[in-house]
Amino acid sequence: MQEVDVRLDRVTKDFGETVAVDDLSLDIHEGEFFSMLGPSGCGKTTTLRMIGGFEEPTRGTVYLGGRDVTNLPPYRRDVNTVFQSYALFPHLNVFENVAFGLRRKKVDKRDIDRRVREALELVDLRGFETRKPSQMSGGQQQRVALARALVNRPKVLLLDEPLGAVDLKLRKQMQLELKRIQEEVGITFIYVTHDQEEAMTMSDRLAVMRHGRAEQVGVPEDVYENPQTEFVATFLGASNLLDGELKEERDGISTVLLSGGDVVRLPSSRAPFRVGSAVRVGVRPEKIQIEADEGGEPPMGLNRVRGLLRMSTYIGVSHQYKVEGPGGAELTVWVQNLGARPAPRPGERVVLSWRPEHTFAVLPQGYAAEEEEAV
Amino acid sequence: MEQPVRSDLPVAERKGARLGRRLAPYLLGAPASLWLALFFVVPMFTMLSLSLQTCDPVTLACRLTWHVGEFPQAVGEFHAYFLRSIQYGGAATVIDLVVAFPLAYWIAFRARRKSFFLLMLLLPFFVSFVIRTLTWQFILSDQGLILGTLKNLHLLPQDFHVLATGWAVTAGIAYNFLPFTALPLYVALERIDPRVLEAAADLYASRSMAFLRVTLPLAIPGIFAAFLLTFVPAVGDFVNATILGGTSNLMVGNIIQNKFLLFTDYPAASALSAILMAVLLVGIALYSRVLGSRTIEEYV
Repeated sequence: MQEVDVRLDRVTKDFGETVAVDDLSLDIHEGEFFSMLGPSGCGKTTTLRMIGGFEEPTRGTVYLGGRDVTNLPPYRRDVNTVFQSYALFPHLNVFENVAFGLRRKKVDKRDIDRRVREALELVDLRGFETRKPSQMSGGQQQRVALARALVNRPKVLLLDEPLGAVDLKLRKQMQLELKRIQEEVGITFIYVTHDQEEAMTMSDRLAVMRHGRAEQVGVPEDVYENPQTEFVATFLGASNLLDGELKEERDGISTVLLSGGDVVRLPSSRAPFRVGSAVRVGVRPEKIQIEADEGGEPPMGLNRVRGLLRMSTYIGVSHQYKVEGPGGAELTVWVQNLGARPAPRPGERVVLSWRPEHTFAVLPQGYAAEEEEAV
Repeated sequence: MEQPVRSDLPVAERKGARLGRRLAPYLLGAPASLWLALFFVVPMFTMLSLSLQTCDPVTLACRLTWHVGEFPQAVGEFHAYFLRSIQYGGAATVIDLVVAFPLAYWIAFRARRKSFFLLMLLLPFFVSFVIRTLTWQFILSDQGLILGTLKNLHLLPQDFHVLATGWAVTAGIAYNFLPFTALPLYVALERIDPRVLEAAADLYASRSMAFLRVTLPLAIPGIFAAFLLTFVPAVGDFVNATILGGTSNLMVGNIIQNKFLLFTDYPAASALSAILMAVLLVGIALYSRVLGSRTIEEYV
């Protein structure tokens, strides 16, 4: 149904000994807002640069709109880039910066004038035509960079951490702005960021990357609700992970025996592993209910563990609890501050419960150690 | 209640510290100002006043007579030397810019060991200016390594010579001043953010177009500085003309030197120097109008 706009087919990029991108295959659909998310050194920027033509893959093929562009230089690709540092031309004013691409393509003079003005209007920078980049704020330079790329009406727009240098408040505003512009112009956006919130709020689909590979690709909700690796579970949002062993799989329900002795259940589709595998069972902090342990049985069908409330932090809109669970595992719980129930106090015994369909399982992979090595 | 202790220093001393801070820029600038005053402003005014003095040719005692006759005489008698100086200096500067630009470009963008190549560029500076020029005399001599060999092979007529021509002087100046051209160009090119060139490539500029539309305009301050640092001393040079130029290719620097040292005609020498300075200043002012200071301010 949807056209594939950009296809990476088993692309690898080596820089000497280091493998920046490792046998990566990706399909990006026409008109979608696609994010590549990951920590520094995960290969996201290198991937973007290979699509833009600034790096040549060591192996593999890059397709743009079905055409093999692997060996084409950037100036012969129908993509444009918004660079991390904006990379505006310091010797040209805003108008000439935006007009640069059109002039190179020998667009008619009157068309250039009209299109540049339209592009500046799109990014809300009318009246800035004669300013030099050095006379503008970071946010304004950012918009110029965006206009300079969009004015060429590329098939695909590549954005390399475009909001990395603007402050938090402006970043939130620019996120919405970018999303609006993308919907308005309908161009495929490929967006590189290390900010998971940014990726989630803006993307139609995202790829969580690590060590030059895509750990998981999907719509933000799916990736968040059902992370398939330990890395995804901890990088995209926070997760509580408990060690256990997959004991049984019956009628679409899998059972895991936690190392603390409790038993939890989850849909088998969320634990596609062999019975007997060592797994880590995950649940997001906001999915957990916390109650004082009065010895009673919680409602049927819920997963539950008992623990000791170690710390309670009041954040206003919510409470954050740190609970020492079975086997000494620490669990984090976020509870919206509805004021309905009295908040449990540190030192109290508590019961944590959550629904099986909010549970996921991943294979343990010692990600913390690998992460250090990657940086 | 006890007041918080703000400072251990008495009030007067704190005032002194504030005063010191206000004076700091002037204090820091003082050595350079003093230097300029002593070794530039004073000599310049001495020179200007000397050009308006009359000296006793025997005792060399001079006094200020406001005699302006030296100026028209200097122009009338030596204008050919001025023109020749500008011609040689200008040609050498153009040669240096043409040679140094690719060199600086290569070091700035392509070379792996930048400092090594910069050192190679500067290494000739470690040899005396005069010795370097004398070496060129040796290399270019009529029966020397190059011309001698070519003549023996009958590739050149026996009476062919390079020494004692304007070519030799221009080549000598170009050789001697090359680092003055290359270094400012290198600095300007090195400062260009390579991502800006990537942006140009992204916006459909081929390599040559990116060079023409981005690299070259961004290098203009460097080209301007390189031009100044090469052209000004090149025009005033007299060593190359003395050693490589023979007797018929003297430059205005030679005349000034002779007037000072040989004929001890201080007023004439001063007038020539003043005219040279004025010509260069006017020339540079016009030149900077075209591509200089306005753009430079925008980049800094």
